[in-house]
Amino acid sequence: MNAAPTGKSGAAGDGLNDGSREPTVDREAWESVIGLEIHVQLSTQTKMFCGCTVTFGDPPNTHVCPVCLGHPGVLPVCNERAIEYATRIALALDCRIAERTVFHRKNYFYPDLPKAYQISQYDQPLGLGGHLDVELEDGSRFTVGITRAHMEEDAGKLVHAGGASGRIDGADYSLVDFNRGGIPLVEIVTEPDLRTPDQARVFLVQLRSLLQQLGVSDVNMEEGSLRCDANVSIRRPGDPFGTKTELKNMNSFRFLQRGLEAEIERQIDTLEAGETVVQQTVHFDPASGAVSALRSKEEAHDYRYFPEPDLTPIELDAEYVERVRESLPELPAARKERLMEQYSLPAKDAAALAGNKPLGDYFEELAAASGDARTAANWVLGDLSAYLNTSGVEVADCPVKVAPLAELLGLVDDGTLSGKMAKEVFETMASTGKDAKTIVAEEGLGQISDLGELETIVVRIVAANPGPAEEFRQGREKVLGFFVGQVMKETQGQANPQIVNDLLRKQLGASGV
Amino acid sequence: MSAAGGGAALDVTTLTAYRCRELLARGDVSATELTRAYLDRIAAVDEQVQAFLRVDESGAMAAAAAVDAKPRSGRQPWEGVPIGLKDIFCVKGVETTCASRILKDYIPPYDATIIAKLRTAGLIFLGKLNMDEFAMGSSTENSAFHTTRNPWDFDRVPGGSSGGSAACVAASEAPWALGTDTGGSIRQPASLCGVVGLRPTYGAVSRYGVIAFASSLDQVGTLTRDVRDAAALLDLIAGRDAMDCTSTGLSEPAGTPGRADLRGLRFGVIEEYMGEACRSGVREVFDAAVDSISALGGVCEVVSLPSVERGVAAYYLIAASEAGSNLARFDGVRYGHRTEHSEDLYEMYVRTRSEGFGPEVKRRIMIGAYALSAGYYDAYYAQAQRARTLIIQDFARAFERFDFLISPTSPTVAFEIGERAADPLAMYLSDLCTVPVSLAALPGISIPAGFSAGLPVGFQIIGPHFSERGLLNVAYALEQSLDVNTVAPLAETAG
Amino acid sequence: MISRQEVEHVARLTRLRFDEDELCRLQAELGRIIDWVEQLAGLDLSGLEPTSHAASLKNVLRADEPVAGLSQEEAVANGPDVEQGQFVVPRIG
Repeated sequence: MNAAPTGKSGAAGDGLNDGSREPTVDREAWESVIGLEIHVQLSTQTKMFCGCTVTFGDPPNTHVCPVCLGHPGVLPVCNERAIEYATRIALALDCRIAERTVFHRKNYFYPDLPKAYQISQYDQPLGLGGHLDVELEDGSRFTVGITRAHMEEDAGKLVHAGGASGRIDGADYSLVDFNRGGIPLVEIVTEPDLRTPDQARVFLVQLRSLLQQLGVSDVNMEEGSLRCDANVSIRRPGDPFGTKTELKNMNSFRFLQRGLEAEIERQIDTLEAGETVVQQTVHFDPASGAVSALRSKEEAHDYRYFPEPDLTPIELDAEYVERVRESLPELPAARKERLMEQYSLPAKDAAALAGNKPLGDYFEELAAASGDARTAANWVLGDLSAYLNTSGVEVADCPVKVAPLAELLGLVDDGTLSGKMAKEVFETMASTGKDAKTIVAEEGLGQISDLGELETIVVRIVAANPGPAEEFRQGREKVLGFFVGQVMKETQGQANPQIVNDLLRKQLGASGV
Repeated sequence: MSAAGGGAALDVTTLTAYRCRELLARGDVSATELTRAYLDRIAAVDEQVQAFLRVDESGAMAAAAAVDAKPRSGRQPWEGVPIGLKDIFCVKGVETTCASRILKDYIPPYDATIIAKLRTAGLIFLGKLNMDEFAMGSSTENSAFHTTRNPWDFDRVPGGSSGGSAACVAASEAPWALGTDTGGSIRQPASLCGVVGLRPTYGAVSRYGVIAFASSLDQVGTLTRDVRDAAALLDLIAGRDAMDCTSTGLSEPAGTPGRADLRGLRFGVIEEYMGEACRSGVREVFDAAVDSISALGGVCEVVSLPSVERGVAAYYLIAASEAGSNLARFDGVRYGHRTEHSEDLYEMYVRTRSEGFGPEVKRRIMIGAYALSAGYYDAYYAQAQRARTLIIQDFARAFERFDFLISPTSPTVAFEIGERAADPLAMYLSDLCTVPVSLAALPGISIPAGFSAGLPVGFQIIGPHFSERGLLNVAYALEQSLDVNTVAPLAETAG
Repeated sequence: MISRQEVEHVARLTRLRFDEDELCRLQAELGRIIDWVEQLAGLDLSGLEPTSHAASLKNVLRADEPVAGLSQEEAVANGPDVEQGQFVVPRIG
């Protein structure tokens, strides 16, 4: 069986479609319309507008400077690598790269926003009008339009203290840490092209693998380097769009799907009850599975955008854009096609390998080292993925490297190990770090292929069981299985089954004459 | 003047920075003696002038002692020369308030780039000078702490916003000082106090560490007794800075101006500033200076720049919009004033900011937010920026015909304290002649041209972008020809 | 002209509060200033690009290289209310 290759958070929909919906409302009569806003933290060394290092999990306010703390008098200077990474993303999403792009100030007060404005992009974003082709697990495809991809800076982190819940509502006060403040972000906004929570999840999974292959982000949803908000509304098919709500910050693929399902359900219930959907921001609580409106005593948003006078405009000429385009790695869609062609892999396997860059790289190295692509694919998508999923280990940290695994595959190929034994050896390799030959030698695992040794055993066992031997000679083929079992028991499963079969037939036939 | 020791106090009233440098280089005075002399002068006159917000006596004396500890041969040219700093520059470890209650007790954790440059050059920082709160004003009456007086007449304003810097040089409390000019905040107080004020081309000097008022207009500049000091101080602070991506530095150093005549140069007299706004006494001094230019061989002709009359309105919209955003960071979270009563975040913000900012700052924050708010952006902010483009084009056309443009710096001499405080519009019009130059990002200098009823009148010369070297040479030639007294006749009351 | 409602909206946006007298005075002052800047509305500026940046520079960027910042102690030294190396803000709701 091929395990899902997308890592521990990629496991699809456990317990999602549990059929617990009320029967009275006709949910099929409603269509949902979903657009996503995805924030991608770029994996640059330093922040967007200052030289502070980009880190995660360090003590608060230890990666800050006057610039990212918004001290009086400071000025931003733009990180050239952030521009390059953002260009990569925009190109990979087939966006048009603006010839001239300008930063704007988005003005609002919040404690995690040190300057009380976020440097972002407004009417002149870096990338406009792209798309991403997405393939569902059943092989069907759909296209999601990308409205825009723009650059901005991240906010700091708030921890709500006091009160019971650790949530903003019950907190007595909050603590602000600016380590995250100023980390470069790319915001990707999709068209409202998604129609189901499942589509939204699959889109995000495939966008994540694309970003991963681009090498521009850690794309870790738990750590917040990939974040997703959703705009969602419902309508009767064919009707104009309904009123949308904004579903905030779902920090896993599963929560995205569950949050959308809960919000769509809430909207259907609202409309079916004859009420109207209010345009608002809603929060998904993974613990309860419920959605609730965020309390808002804020005025209507009036961000007073204006061009950031402290930064120069960015003009990317065609030559630069071409250079970045040429530096793009092979993207998942292209890689899938190539894997199918080059290794004759089935579409599903090729898609799984193309969708996970490290795993795909592992596969190609293993195929080259072992010379048997099909077997390599089965191992990588089977035992290796299963091990990675259960242990939570990343491909890069996998204790079983390509060369030792190729050696293991060679032992199967030359008949030293059976497939079943090889699986056990793999487990041992993963847990001990020893190579296959060492394990085989230490545990005496090699298959007994020595004809003389096996012949002695076969002769003895046939002699000891005259009854079944006679039955076989009468034509009862099934009895052969009994003899094979006896030999395997004797050899503790290490006998080469093909040789045992041949020897038994020979012996049983011989003694009958 | 006897500079050398023997217990006789050093008379600093007529010293230029160049003269200080000479005295130090010859060993006629030590850095400690020179610094002490200025501190004594401050102690003697600042009770009346009130140019300083904070005098850093111990810091200055320690820095002077460190200079004296070095052999003279190992020193840099300006090492040991004192300077006064507008309170808008961040100095690491030294309280910096921008004359606002909201920044009271704020200690910057870093040096502004120009401060670091002056530190490296060995200048002695005497202290922080008064200004209009966040540089918003033309009289220094908007300081949250006190009003600075014009050294020529204590009942009158020194101009603003760099009023403390101009007054301190006019009162000989420092040989020179740094200020900032957004719409005229160096040139106008220089004019009113009878000193030389230079606003360089936008981008010539780094803005990093200069507390922002209006980012696309702010420039650091100099207030000095004469043009040569202005050139020297400009060369000390100018340069491209990696921390300010809008900075470019000068295309060539200003050097030491020495031009003796103005032959071959064409000067355009800006017609729009010659009308009724220009008070009669100012007009006469201006006309006399124009005659001097002609006498030096320069050719003066009237030129019309029709857009400049709209300049002040465009300026106030742009400056207020940028200022409102720049001043949003004063929110009581990371530094500065925080209200005592803050049951929730919104209350904390509102009380902190309402307690911390003065009325003029609040007024401009409100105008700025209004001009940028949904529905008004195109009518106000975008329209003002288009007017700015028009002004830039008018100046560019004028510089096709003229090498330099000239006008009075201010339509009036120093006005009385309180005279315009109640009327924001009248105050804004004080900047009529200086604002368009800022909008066009051009360099401009105000030099003392004479007096009207005993009060100084400034003369503004405007050059093309990055023409500082030529501009300062022209200003020098005119200064030598006019030979105006820059020492305010004020009595020492203490010391 | 600027309405009382607009003045109140902008005050909220900018986190400023004025008492009744100040509000009246401010409404009048802002009204006068806005009337005065209306002179710009009379200019035909169509076809002119707005100048949003004072210098005609572009692409001034910085290499992605770390620069030493502040220690935690320095970072919070000016904070009016600090706990465990973080800035404290009152209840947000």
